[in-house]
Amino acid sequence: MDWINAIIQGGLLGGLYALFAAGLSLIFGVMRLVNIAHGDLIVLATYLGLTVTAATGLHPLAALVIVVPAMAALGYALQRGILNVTLGDDILPPLLVTFGLSIIIQNTLLETYSADPRKLSAGPLEIASLTIGGLSIGYLPLLMFATALIVIAGLQFIFYQTALGRAFRAVSDNQDIAQLMGLNRRHVFALAMALSLAVTAIAGIFLGIRTSFDPATGPARLIFGFEAVIIGGLGNLWGTLAGGMILGIAQAIGAQINPGWQILAGHIAFLAVLAVRPRGLFPRING
Amino acid sequence: MSTSANYSVYRASRATYIGAAAVLILVLALALAPYWAGRADLRLLGEFCLYLSLATLWNLLAGYAGLVSVGQQAFVGLGGYLLFALTIFFGLHPLAAIALAAVIGALVSMPVAGLIFRLRGAYFAIGTWVMAEVFRLSFAQASALGGGSGTSLPVAIARSLADGRAAREATSYWLALGIAILVIAIAYLFLRSRRGLALTAIRDNELAAASLGIDIWRTKFVVYVVVGGLTSLVGALIFLQKLRISPDAAFSVNDWTAFVIFIVVIGGIGSLEGPIIGTIVFFLLRETLADLGAIYLIVLGAVAIAVMLFAPKGLFGLLYDRTGFRLFPLGYRVQPKPDKEA
Repeated sequence: MDWINAIIQGGLLGGLYALFAAGLSLIFGVMRLVNIAHGDLIVLATYLGLTVTAATGLHPLAALVIVVPAMAALGYALQRGILNVTLGDDILPPLLVTFGLSIIIQNTLLETYSADPRKLSAGPLEIASLTIGGLSIGYLPLLMFATALIVIAGLQFIFYQTALGRAFRAVSDNQDIAQLMGLNRRHVFALAMALSLAVTAIAGIFLGIRTSFDPATGPARLIFGFEAVIIGGLGNLWGTLAGGMILGIAQAIGAQINPGWQILAGHIAFLAVLAVRPRGLFPRING
Repeated sequence: MSTSANYSVYRASRATYIGAAAVLILVLALALAPYWAGRADLRLLGEFCLYLSLATLWNLLAGYAGLVSVGQQAFVGLGGYLLFALTIFFGLHPLAAIALAAVIGALVSMPVAGLIFRLRGAYFAIGTWVMAEVFRLSFAQASALGGGSGTSLPVAIARSLADGRAAREATSYWLALGIAILVIAIAYLFLRSRRGLALTAIRDNELAAASLGIDIWRTKFVVYVVVGGLTSLVGALIFLQKLRISPDAAFSVNDWTAFVIFIVVIGGIGSLEGPIIGTIVFFLLRETLADLGAIYLIVLGAVAIAVMLFAPKGLFGLLYDRTGFRLFPLGYRVQPKPDKEA
């Protein structure tokens, strides 16, 4: 029973990991840019949520109304202002610039909020649960998983059924010809980053409700998101969800065996997939 | 029609020879440092040499092989833990343990490379970070070496390095200086050789290099293994000086990767002189700004981003574009021979 419980909890946690990863996967798909500051941007969103809830007294989930547009605007400015310049054939500039951004964000948060761990309080939602069979399943994990499903379905819809998605796919295929067709490459990239950061805002708020956070927890979220993307396969958002669930289940099983092995078990699952199926389980594009 | 008989090919200009002579004098002065520098300055110089070594090695990986690794702290920590394990459990002399740590580090880097070479570009970078995390979490489980809180080097082992405190500090310093010179020498000789030419070709255009018959995977693999072994060597020496190790300190991303990356980016990536300039700038910034805490890191990050956006070849790149001066000549130059008839 403990094992079934572990697997179910791990699977639901996978929804949160998929939310971490969705933004990462989106910008890689559109711009071939891997944003090393992604984890720190998630934590930035969480701190933004903290400030909003402290200032207005709103429930963290209600604070999404303010945090999501704010992060989207930040993403647009970031891409347009700094990251667009780095895109090109060389992989070094975007990597090193986003790495520098990661360090800057971490230390700015450290200066502003101090290193104390914080948490967003969502009231009774945090511990409410429903009982199925002999198991208790929390409403919060279910809500996170449902949100992940909705977000990924929404992103798939945007990508394949809207004009914006067509623009994304066009600049992803060939930037120059897309410009010939009247698309402003810089604007489209910035919109993609804005969308990605909107998703990270949602992920950040859920992260803050679920667990405590401090300025240094960003890189760990980046690594979980990255592992979910690689396990699931590049270019496939539903694969990213599957990858997140596999990662969550691996961590849960590891924790059942020995609490100190939880994170390590996740890494080992990632390395195992890398060894056996380097392109991931459901790949759609080459890396 | 002019033929090749009218041109001569050479590697080093006269300015290089003058620069080399100046550097030799400087190295001699540095080697005599235990006799003229105070204890704190000696320690600072030693730390300078160690960071210079790490920066040169990272530059070899990223600037020449195109393998941007954000996980070199894996080998720094591995070297440190190997030093502690080999001296405490196997009773080796610290110097022998450091040498053996380099060999074991190189051996460990082979399966690591086998796994993470399946990733490309920025995903490779994060993959190396994951590897470093795996090392950190694994060593945190090793209770024989102190588990999560780490352990200290026993006094007897620290004392066995040399007799007397001054001799020990001088030995530590000479080891650091020696390793820095060794690393730069290895990098220089490697890049001047045919293998180095292959590496430069890969960096410039992988597809073209492959079409010329260069084995890309093999060349990158060799560089990764050599760099892994030497990084473990530096890591062992770092923790011999620190006398205490813990998983968080040994595998710290900030200390061993972020600072090293900033050094190389600011100094100049893809050139051997860049890390030297970068380390000097880094230590200057540290002496002046470190009191500001987190703001120091923000400034460092902002400077690195500014350099990457506006001067991608770093400070040395700016110098080279202006003057064409190279301390470590790696390329070939062509010069018309003086006319014999006049």
